This record gives sequence, structure tokens and C-alpha cells, in this order.
Amino acid sequence: MSSELMIEMKNVHKWFGELHVLNDINLEINKGEKIVICGPSGSGKSTLIRCINRLEEHQRGNIIVEGTELTNDSRSIERIRGEVGMVFQQFNLFPHLSILDNCSLAPIWVRKLPKTEAKDKAMEYLKRVQIDDQAHKYPAQLSGGQQQRAAIARALCMEPRIMLFDEPTSALDPEMIKEVLDVMVSLAQGGMTMIVVTHEMGFAKEVADSIIFMDEGQIVEAKNPEDFFDNPESERTKTFLSQIL
Amino acid sequence: MSTTNKEIGPPVIELGAMGWLRKNLFSNWYNSSLTIFGLYLLYILIPPLVNWIFLDANFVGSTRDDCTSEGACWIFIQQNIKLIFYGLYPTEELWRINFVYLILFISGVYLLIPNLKHKGWVGAFLLIIFPIICVIMLSGGLGLEAVETRLWGGLFLTLVIAGVGIVLSLPIGVMLALGRRSKLPVVSILCTIFIEIWRGVPLITVLFMASNMFPLFMPEGVNFDKLIRALIGVMFFSAAYLAEVVRGGLQAMPKGQYEASQAVGLTYWRMMALVILPQSLKMVIPAIIGSFIAIFKDTTLVLVIGLFDFLGIIQFVGTNPDWLGFSHEGYVFAAAVFWVFCYAMSWYSQRLEKKLDTGR
Repeated sequence: MSSELMIEMKNVHKWFGELHVLNDINLEINKGEKIVICGPSGSGKSTLIRCINRLEEHQRGNIIVEGTELTNDSRSIERIRGEVGMVFQQFNLFPHLSILDNCSLAPIWVRKLPKTEAKDKAMEYLKRVQIDDQAHKYPAQLSGGQQQRAAIARALCMEPRIMLFDEPTSALDPEMIKEVLDVMVSLAQGGMTMIVVTHEMGFAKEVADSIIFMDEGQIVEAKNPEDFFDNPESERTKTFLSQIL
Repeated sequence: MSTTNKEIGPPVIELGAMGWLRKNLFSNWYNSSLTIFGLYLLYILIPPLVNWIFLDANFVGSTRDDCTSEGACWIFIQQNIKLIFYGLYPTEELWRINFVYLILFISGVYLLIPNLKHKGWVGAFLLIIFPIICVIMLSGGLGLEAVETRLWGGLFLTLVIAGVGIVLSLPIGVMLALGRRSKLPVVSILCTIFIEIWRGVPLITVLFMASNMFPLFMPEGVNFDKLIRALIGVMFFSAAYLAEVVRGGLQAMPKGQYEASQAVGLTYWRMMALVILPQSLKMVIPAIIGSFIAIFKDTTLVLVIGLFDFLGIIQFVGTNPDWLGFSHEGYVFAAAVFWVFCYAMSWYSQRLEKKLDTGR
């Protein structure tokens, strides 16, 4: 497998006021790799992936996404946001737009695709997440699982090279988690580079190339799934695993 | 189980007209006494009013001597209708105002009919080309005789001031609201100062300043039209209020909407125009229309700077020796016309809210 470096984080630090939320993060992610990040709440895992598309600003160190370093230069931010798709815990669909318009909005206004082409492509991705029959409904008319799948389709419509998932199933009713995970698994099998913050350990075992455990802003352990579950080194990882498994 | 359930219907007492009356008007002793008191009030108020306005009123004639019966003398309104509707605008040029009304009416009706095509174009025409037509038609140019604004008056003037104030103040208000929330301190402070100054001053003061003080600051010979000065005053006054209304809407937006827009790569202005403003303006439609209604009624204050708006001209014709003593008719008529316009705005806002509701 050719190892093309997609994301590189070097000595990244971030503080919220006095709170050191990211403490010396070093991370390299290659093309096609699937990374699962887990850890207790407040450990900085969401902040970490939100730094990758600049929803949060890191204060020290370097983040390089596909060869472009994230700085305050708005053009580099825009370029990176075009390459990086994101899925949120609360879906964050645009409630005033139909599902189809949610998906075609950014392709039309950011990618400058002609309207019909953008809508065709949106339908294609909606079909892939199996809600093409809901395309003309509004988000509020859909179930949580459908909304999250629509949100995944919306991100995919920008044809990103990297997908970030911030606890994508945490706000879902249990019976809807699987339909969202299925979509994510098939996306992973398609070769997408993915970083997923989640507590779904079944998903982690199935698709992750490596699992990162974070606590108090630090990466405590980063291993392939088998080693991670069978021989965790640190006490903190062991405690965490015993609590969630 | 299911067979017995079929036999149980809702309690009979809740059904039908009697049930409704009982539940809503006579549910207990104080509710019943309020209902009876309300009916009594209506009984003593409504019949005399109806008599005065319609049954005993005078509709036919041409002078005050034709008003023989006890009710209202609508001949007073009828004889002065041209002044009341158009002010002193030259009679032979009135078709120009009516032409503008006609265009406005046709495009308005077109926009109100559901499911017609090209509404975007009609809207763009109203916002961009129609104002140009208005200026040329109403004040003159392109071969049309010039009509000075001091001749403008009546309902026509009211509509011009309210229309210009409403249409221009909304975009300015939105910009001020965005500015006040800006991360750039200079922009935010300037917008805040601007908003607070205009909101802190009564409209009547703004109009006085525009009319009397403003010329003092201008170099000799530079003379802005008085109407334009009043329009600018009304516009900024209304914009400052709208800015705070819009800001309220912006603050109610969940953070996730900003983040989702940024994550798909929308720039600030696109995020605002496509995601944030459509939702936050929708949330504050009732308050925006409230501001519009307030501005419509506040236009009556231009009387203090010598512009004769609808109400002003009605008061003015009431001082005509031929028609002394008919101010009641004038005020009732003014109230009715104001109510029609304000209620129309209110009705439109409810319609808009329903139309834009996507069930969030």
C-alpha cells in the first residue's frame, strides 16, 4: 500500500483559557487509513479532530493537511475545508433546506457546479446512504438515523479526501445506530481516509487500522485494534476499556 | 378488550355547540359573569357605532348642508378625497401616481398567487427597476414635468415615506446587526455606537434635526430636498431598531449551524446569506413586521417638519372653514385606512411564517 501522508500533526498544543485541552499531539495519518479515537469525555478527542478543519484553532505546533499547513490565511483554511468532510454528533443539517438542497448547497456555492449537476450528484450520494426517497423532505421530517445519513451524504457531496466523524452515533436512539455505522463501514471499505471519534468499539474492531486512546489532552496509546483490546499498556486505557466493554 | 373499547366514546358533554359554550364561556361562576359583562359591553357599544358610521350617516351630497341626518358626514371625506389621497400633486399629473400604484398592485398580486413561475424576476424588478420608475414618474424627468416634493402629500406621501423606510431599513438593519456581532472590534464598536445613538433619540427629534439643523451644517447653497432628509432620518431610525431585532435572531441560532456551514467550506458571507440569515430572519418575522407597522404609523410625525402626510392632511382639511367640525369623521376614516394597511402587513407576516415553516 502506497503511503501518502494526508494529515500530519506536530507538537500540537491548545488551551481553553487555563485548561490544556491538547497537550503535545503528534499524529501521522496516511491515505486510506481509518483511525478511531476514544477516551473519556473532556479528553480532547473532539477538539483534536475539530482542529483538522479549523473549527478550533491550535495555538502551538503544526497541522499539515494534504501538504497545506493550517494558518490564519483564510485561503488555506478554505482549501482544507474543501478536502475535509465532517459529520457532527447533532447532525447539524440546515433545517430550512430540503435534504437535497442540504447536499447540493456547498457543491453549487463552493465548488461552483451547475445546479443540475450538483443535484444529480447529491441524489447519487443520497442513494448510496439509502435515503434518496427522502430527498425532498425537510430534516425535521426525518428520523435521527436518516438525518445522520443525510449529513454524511452532504459531506460526501463535496468529494472530500478525508472524513471526520465527531461522535456520529452518540445522539441516536439505539435502533438507529446500526444504519449509520453500516454507511460508515461501507465508506471505509471504499478506501476513504477516516478519523472517527466514537465509543462504538465493535465498529473500531471492524474497520480501524489504529485506535487512539486519549486522556487529559494527550495521546495515551495508539495501536492496532487487536493489540489495543488484548494488551493495553497503560493503566488508564485498561480502566477505560473495563468501563465501556 | 377491543370490543368494549368501541362502545366508549368521548363524554357527550364536551361535544357540540352546547359543550363548547359550557367549556369556554360558562365553565364556572366568574367565567360566566365575565361572559355576560362582555356581551353587555358589546351591546352598549356596537349599535351606536354602527348607526353613526353606516345607518344614520350621510353619503350623498356635495356640501356640509347636505349632511342632515345625525350620523357621520362622509361627504366631508368624499369632497376632499383628492387632497387626502394625493396632497397638492397637480391634478393633471395624478395619472403618474396611479400608474405607479398600478405597477405595484399588479406585481404584488403576482407575488401573492402561489406557484407562479419567475417570481424571482418580479421580485428583482420590484426592488431594482421599480424604484427607478418611481423616481422618474413621481418627481419628473424624461420629458415628464417636474413635481416638487413640497406638493406631495396625503396617503401618497405616507406610502412613499413608509415604503422607502421599510425597504431600505431592512438591509441596513441586517448589516448593522452583523457588524455589531463582528469579531473585528472597530466594526463592532462603530455599529454599536450607531445603533445606540439612533435608538436613543426620539423619531421626532431625528426629524427636527433633519429638517432644521442639518442645513446649518451644509455649505451655503447646497440644498437637500426636505423629503429626502426626512426619508434618510426615518430609514436610519428604523434600521437601528431592526438591527437589534435581527441580532436577537442571530443569537438564537445554534452554534452547530455555523460549524456545519464552515465545515462544508462556505465563506462568511455565503454562510450568512445561505444558512444563517434565512433561518434567523424567519425566527424574527413577527418582530420585523412589528417594526414595519410601527414605522408606518410613525410617518405621521413628519407633520412637525411641515410635510402633510395622510393624517396631517386630514387635520388640515378639517380646518377649512367650509368643513369645520368634522374632525371625528376625519379621524375615524384615518384610523380605518391605517388599520387596513397595518393589518395587511400583519396578515402577510402570518402567511409568510406558515409558508416558510419547515417543522423545526
